[in-house]
Amino acid sequence: MNKKTNIVLTGVGGQGVITAANILGKAAVKAGLNVYVSEIHGMAQRGGTVDCTVRIGAVSGALVANGTADVILSTEPIETLRYIKYSNKNTKIITDITPVIPFTVSAGIEEYPELDKIFEELKNYGSLYKIDAVKIAKESGSILTKNTVMLGALAGIDVLPFKPEILLETILENIPDKYKEMNKKAFEGGLKATRKH
Amino acid sequence: MELLENKTGKKLLLGNEAITRGALEAGVDVATTYPGTPSSEIADAFSMIARDATSKNKDPGFYFEYSTNEKVALEVAAAASLCGLRSLTCMKHVGLNVASDAFMTYLYIGCKGGHIIVSADDPGCHSSQNEQDNRYFAIFAGAPMLEPATPQEAKEMTRVGFDISEELSSPILLRTTTRLNHIRGPVEINKFKEPKRKGYFEKNPMLVTTPAVARVRHSELLNMLKKAEVLSEKSPFNFILNIGKPEHWGIVTSGVSFNYVKEIVEDLGLNVRILKLGMTYPLPRAMCENFIKSCKNIVVVEELEPILEDQFKAIAFDIGSNVKIFGKSTGHFSRLYEYNLDIVADAFSKIFNVKNPFNKPADSKIKLPSRPPVLCPGCPHRATYFAAKKAKPKDVVYPTDIGCYTLGRYKPLEMADLLLCMGSNAGMACGLAVATDQKIISFMGDSTFFHAAIPAIIDAAHHNHDLVITILDNRTTAMTGHQPHPGTDFDGMGRKAKRILVEDVVKGCGIDHVEVVDPNKIKETTEAFKRALEFKGPAVIVSKSPCILLENRNKTKRGEDIFIYEIDQEKCKKCKICISQFGCPSFYYGKDGAIYIDAQQCNGCGNCASICPFGAISPKEAMK
Repeated sequence: MNKKTNIVLTGVGGQGVITAANILGKAAVKAGLNVYVSEIHGMAQRGGTVDCTVRIGAVSGALVANGTADVILSTEPIETLRYIKYSNKNTKIITDITPVIPFTVSAGIEEYPELDKIFEELKNYGSLYKIDAVKIAKESGSILTKNTVMLGALAGIDVLPFKPEILLETILENIPDKYKEMNKKAFEGGLKATRKH
Repeated sequence: MELLENKTGKKLLLGNEAITRGALEAGVDVATTYPGTPSSEIADAFSMIARDATSKNKDPGFYFEYSTNEKVALEVAAAASLCGLRSLTCMKHVGLNVASDAFMTYLYIGCKGGHIIVSADDPGCHSSQNEQDNRYFAIFAGAPMLEPATPQEAKEMTRVGFDISEELSSPILLRTTTRLNHIRGPVEINKFKEPKRKGYFEKNPMLVTTPAVARVRHSELLNMLKKAEVLSEKSPFNFILNIGKPEHWGIVTSGVSFNYVKEIVEDLGLNVRILKLGMTYPLPRAMCENFIKSCKNIVVVEELEPILEDQFKAIAFDIGSNVKIFGKSTGHFSRLYEYNLDIVADAFSKIFNVKNPFNKPADSKIKLPSRPPVLCPGCPHRATYFAAKKAKPKDVVYPTDIGCYTLGRYKPLEMADLLLCMGSNAGMACGLAVATDQKIISFMGDSTFFHAAIPAIIDAAHHNHDLVITILDNRTTAMTGHQPHPGTDFDGMGRKAKRILVEDVVKGCGIDHVEVVDPNKIKETTEAFKRALEFKGPAVIVSKSPCILLENRNKTKRGEDIFIYEIDQEKCKKCKICISQFGCPSFYYGKDGAIYIDAQQCNGCGNCASICPFGAISPKEAMK
């Protein structure tokens, strides 16, 4: 079987999941690789749950099959578990630890599970990397660099078929000059966070 | 922006952007649309290019418009094509229902300048009210059809489609699906072709479809389809791919299903020949016959309806073949939803008697809370809903419509009872008024009002139906990405445009009881709903307040502060009106049981402050 890299990105509508997937796609093109990215628009954007997929290498479509994700990169803990069908025992699961409470919970209709229970559960499905993206982003200069932290964390686990520098370069190309320095820091912060695991 | 670069190279493009790129490379002159997911970004790309040019006082090289609805969009572009200009019209699948009256007869008279009509189908109903298979429209109307599998193919089919259209003097249906429209892939881009910009309408009595002309034109349409079949036989979009050492097994597939088929066949190491069809109407009959003859067994893989499958069975019958055809009729594939690698692998493992390469998906026992899409914090629709409910809390039927406000269906508002299609709120409100004594308050957006609801409002006025119709006028087409419409003072080219006032149109339709309200004044809005309910006959409420997302974006641009709100815990008596009746998603219960406002989510509309009976909510600080 030819080499394929399957990445699933999940989170909440408005968190920048689609943008992150797009940046990964652009980085792969920059690295001269074949890539497909899937997104969902429309209804899914209004604060709903979002999953995007990025497939790099010998692939002919954008959708990831169940149990074949090399990485699940999630910006919200329960949205990590919601898409656990993509995992296998070798999947690397990177999740931001900060919950975004759905309205169904804040209105008292449903319950948000204990965070620790979620993290314990996630360990059953692959290697878990918990990232405090808010903290790293703030240390880097702005909470707005959260997604750059997450992409840095992805670059730190050696799954991408190209060098972290290419991903960082692609991120920086897509933001205004005055934010470049803090995003560079954020990327390196994320990268260190998974490297030291 | 990469789409704009008039050069060659490889770029990562969204399927929809690739279609726009293909049209620009073909020298498109006129592009029209009514926005609808998953088609919207095709037109938005045209609009972005045009607005950029307008802002620099330059000619974008084409005319683009967000038309009032899909039928108008098709008519505008068809006329341009008949003047010899290359035209493109794009819409979501259900949009073609709206345009179908024009579409069906357009195929009779044909076109002159190439005309691509994009139908973006939505298998799986990601953001649609049905998952109809518009390939039937190609067969129904007699429209040659192309079905891309990848963004690269989408660009090429659009570009080459204009040539095919001109060769056949027929509009072409480019049929896409969500997983083509909304996937990004590498696309080889070429330079733009110089557009014509102006055409000339040459009079021809055969363009007036009187019965005598129509009878001649129908026969000409069938002749055109024979020519199209010859093109289909030669088309590079129809090809055979041999994988391994094929003997008796063949697979027939089209669109994005091909991507899944190819990958699973390779993963399973199957020996098959794949007939990948890109021009799927008319089918390349000789090619299909030869393919059938080369196989003992054929698997047909296509999402939704068994359109290829049925045609292959018919062809096999005609040539007396005993080929066994696997697909939907054998129960291996479903007519429901979209396909993916898992579905194709599961079916192939059964058909080819091999092990499914994928394990059973992992499943956690932890119950996760659902996260449905919601009306945004600060959305003026919520205020209108809340005010209407206060006017009459019980025994009211709420017909709704297509747009953000459909989200009023969820708790705690639960104010969406009936929905068919664009504009159906008003027509169904009329029927309910006839059929029951229940009170009726229907809801629609401003863009939907212009699109399809005006005839129903005239019906209500003419027949004096006793009902209340609400038009939620937020001055944009919000759900599909904030496109302009006839109620905005600018158009898709970024030019100044005549703003059509909803209330003026409603009065012109013969409605005598029309009230314009600001929903953020909740008490006054409730009073307006009470008066409308008391009025015997049709009453219309136009609830005007801009989409909070646009409003806040504009405030930020103007340098104005946006104040977020907080709850004074000493004043809060936990009556829960804010959270359990108003239902703004920025409210939540803290671990201590008290109610808080999430500062990250609050958009600062301040409506919570006005509904709080204890004056416990007030603006805190400027942010964002």
